[in-house]
Amino acid sequence: MTQLWDFAGGIHPPGHKDISTARPIRRSGIPERLILPLQQHIGDPAEPIVEVGERVLKGQKVADIQTGMGVPVHAPTSGIIESIAEHPVPHPSGMADWCITLKPDGEDQWCSRHPLSDFRALGRDRVLEIIRDAGIAGMGGAGFPTSIKLRPPRDRKINTLILNGAECEPYITADDMTMREKAGEIVAGLKVMAWILRPERCVIGIEDNKPEAIAALRRATEGTQTEIAVVPTKYPSGGEKQLIQILTGMEVPSGGIPADIGVMCQNIGTAVAVSQAVFQGTPLIARVVTITGDAIDEPGNFEALIGTPIEYLLEQAGVQQDRLSRLVLGGPMMGYTLTTEAVPVIKTTNCIIAATAAELPAPPPEQPCIRCGLCAEVCPMELLPQQLFWHSKATEFEKAEHLNLFDCIECGACSYVCPSSIPLVQYYRFAKDEIRVQRAEQLKSDRARERFEARQARLEREQEEKELRRRERAKAAAEAQAKKKAEAEKAAADGEAVDERSAKSALVEQALARKKAKAEAAQSPAPAKAAEEQPDIEDLEKQLSNAMSKLETMQGMLEEAKAQQADNVEKLERAVAKNHDRVKRAEEALAEARGKPADRPAESQSTH
Amino acid sequence: MAFVQQSSPHAHSARPTSRVMLWVMIAALPGLFAQTLFFGWGNLINVLFCIGVAIASEAALLRLRKKPIGFFLRDNTAAVTGLLLGLSLPQFAPWWVSAVAVVSAIVVAKQLYGGLGSNPFNPAMVGYALVLVSFPVAMTTNWAAPAMLWEGAPGFGETLATIASGQQTAVDGWTMATPLDEYKHKIASHTATEVLTHPTFGDGIARGWEWVNAAFLAGGLLLIFLRIISWHIPAGFLGGLVLMSLAFGNDADLYAPLSLHVLAGGTMLGAFFIATDPVSAATSHQGKLIYGAGIGILIYLIRTWGNYPDAVAFSVLLMNFAVPFIDHYTPPRTYGHHKPRRGVPGSQG
Repeated sequence: MTQLWDFAGGIHPPGHKDISTARPIRRSGIPERLILPLQQHIGDPAEPIVEVGERVLKGQKVADIQTGMGVPVHAPTSGIIESIAEHPVPHPSGMADWCITLKPDGEDQWCSRHPLSDFRALGRDRVLEIIRDAGIAGMGGAGFPTSIKLRPPRDRKINTLILNGAECEPYITADDMTMREKAGEIVAGLKVMAWILRPERCVIGIEDNKPEAIAALRRATEGTQTEIAVVPTKYPSGGEKQLIQILTGMEVPSGGIPADIGVMCQNIGTAVAVSQAVFQGTPLIARVVTITGDAIDEPGNFEALIGTPIEYLLEQAGVQQDRLSRLVLGGPMMGYTLTTEAVPVIKTTNCIIAATAAELPAPPPEQPCIRCGLCAEVCPMELLPQQLFWHSKATEFEKAEHLNLFDCIECGACSYVCPSSIPLVQYYRFAKDEIRVQRAEQLKSDRARERFEARQARLEREQEEKELRRRERAKAAAEAQAKKKAEAEKAAADGEAVDERSAKSALVEQALARKKAKAEAAQSPAPAKAAEEQPDIEDLEKQLSNAMSKLETMQGMLEEAKAQQADNVEKLERAVAKNHDRVKRAEEALAEARGKPADRPAESQSTH
Repeated sequence: MAFVQQSSPHAHSARPTSRVMLWVMIAALPGLFAQTLFFGWGNLINVLFCIGVAIASEAALLRLRKKPIGFFLRDNTAAVTGLLLGLSLPQFAPWWVSAVAVVSAIVVAKQLYGGLGSNPFNPAMVGYALVLVSFPVAMTTNWAAPAMLWEGAPGFGETLATIASGQQTAVDGWTMATPLDEYKHKIASHTATEVLTHPTFGDGIARGWEWVNAAFLAGGLLLIFLRIISWHIPAGFLGGLVLMSLAFGNDADLYAPLSLHVLAGGTMLGAFFIATDPVSAATSHQGKLIYGAGIGILIYLIRTWGNYPDAVAFSVLLMNFAVPFIDHYTPPRTYGHHKPRRGVPGSQG
């Protein structure tokens, strides 16, 4: 007898399981169209590797994953690729996503398969590759790619491999029926996974409300080391963390994975898929789905091709459209409602409940919380649901996080028992989302701030360098100007040739200054880079400063001439005006090069 | 076709607040029956009157606050407050004392704080404490003498007339000091044997009171069995009281004996029906134990060294003050964590 532990809290909702266990698993056949979402699990979507109009064979890869975490998608039957477009997919958001639509040709013609009889002859990596190539992702919950899960971090030795057959959610019987009918394949799949992981212990955990499944697996595991652990029926015993606690007495650390404590959980359906991939060479192209609910005439389990529209399955099971009020994908505790029957069965689809209004009635209006604490008593994670509710409602997310909001598994036990019919889980989802958004925004604004600060620092540094260069240039220009002024005074006496001569000497000055500035730039390495970046501005600055010094000289000469009432006043005035224009042009050119309005520093204004 | 869109879970258990409150009232019936059997019609009349006043004042306040009246009245919480006050008040308390208690409970302690779920203090106990402080004469001289219903206790009409007359004190022969009151005031000058000769104690521990307490205990156990209350608060409450009594009160010639503490006065009513008001109590299991124990200890302290013979109301109110503090430091250890995260965000631990 396997030793069992209990987990905190839990509830006992009515099972409603016998609705769908009366009939054996039926094959649903090939629908008119198969819709294959490129992303059927957490991680990255697969990339299509077929063209529209191409004929594909059953089991042929139609989409593969190049990089990132994901698994390929296969054609569930032979046919023509009709389109690759957006189509409604099973997702709580009700959104559409990229899907390959396959129009079956009815021939159901297989591609070549490579069954293995002795997988042990291959290396573990090769077998993991086969599992990956078969497109297997966890068939219980989030659909984590199985080949990645089966390769835990090197330092995490798996001691206990658990096969999760608890199936604690009401209504769902897909695993139950699979265990009854495919016990051999389950054990074969488990054997492959155990060979890969080499655990000390293999346990299949099943709730005690499935006696037939327990008997079938007992028979199939006779003479092996695999333990069959019959666990008391209590929701959510099939939650990964809860089942681990029941079977090992250990808790998965908050924020960690089961491998951290040497445990791994795999789903019943996943074991079957692994077995089929290895021993038959068949990729994951079909799964068992429970079609149940009061609006169904012949409820039961169907082996449906991946991509089968739910509409088609409901029809096969005999749906009473007029009584159907709520379509739930998954169980009544954690499933989500569908907006349309057009969505396809995907690798993680385990149950569809077509419920009547009487069966799953709308909850009564929310009443105030009376802090009765029933929620805390049933919480399997030992949280304080009512405190989390207060804080979520008051948007005090910090406090909610402090009370371990993110450890909530959203099992819904608290909402189930709440006498005030408060949709508690909805509040927690809201709070979690808000916190995630806040975190993302925080990250974004932190990055923006860093960028801004870096830019500021760079601009300041450039400004300082520029200022230094400018001062040196101004000094050189002042010296040159003093020299020139002396010459100009001499020249002024000559009168006539002033203009040409001063213009000539200005040109010479200009060349000298340019040479000097270049030499300076070469001496100081830091500004060199800046100079390289903005050669135009450098040049323009030089031109401007030269033009200005010339203008100043001319003005000086003009004033002198005026004072002496010389004949060349008129000429000089023209020259000043001309130089004035030149300064202005240089300023404009410089401003343009800098890409900002002409707001040249005070020095230019002082000359006016 | 438009399907119902709903967030999970889609299934719900069918035990709404109204049903929970109904069960509380049903579980209190044995106690009310015992009270009527041993102390006459007073409690029954009080209960009916208080429930009526409670519902009327709740409706009036809901109307003032522009809240849906029917929706909130159907939760039965006002009726429970009325019931608890009717069970706690002296049998011959004048009608206006009861009315003041109920109105202040519903209007001040409950609705002014925001109605159901928002009151930091136990409404019934706010009402009770208010009248106990305001009308000490009416609240101490109107306790019925224990007499079996058929042994010459005042009839229904007489009791109703007395309550309705509004006199501060009822007919002398019908009333008697409660066992706790008698013991507290006589033990200073008498021996335990002398004190216990008073007819209020009867042949057992405290005539009538012992049965009333036993009946409330039975009703309380039913509530625990039905998982309407958890065992933590009553256990802490009684544990605290018993431990204090064992530690300090082993000399019957100085202090009331343990049996009297447990089976006289409002002990069981307080432990199972009053302290367990979830709105004003602590939330985690550990917190509930501390909260209950605090009430038990305070009851002993006030009964023994304070001015009042019984102390459920004050003790409950004092611990109501402590609830946020208790809650901060007693969160449970969440699955997958090494230790509970105590205190407030940003604090240690």
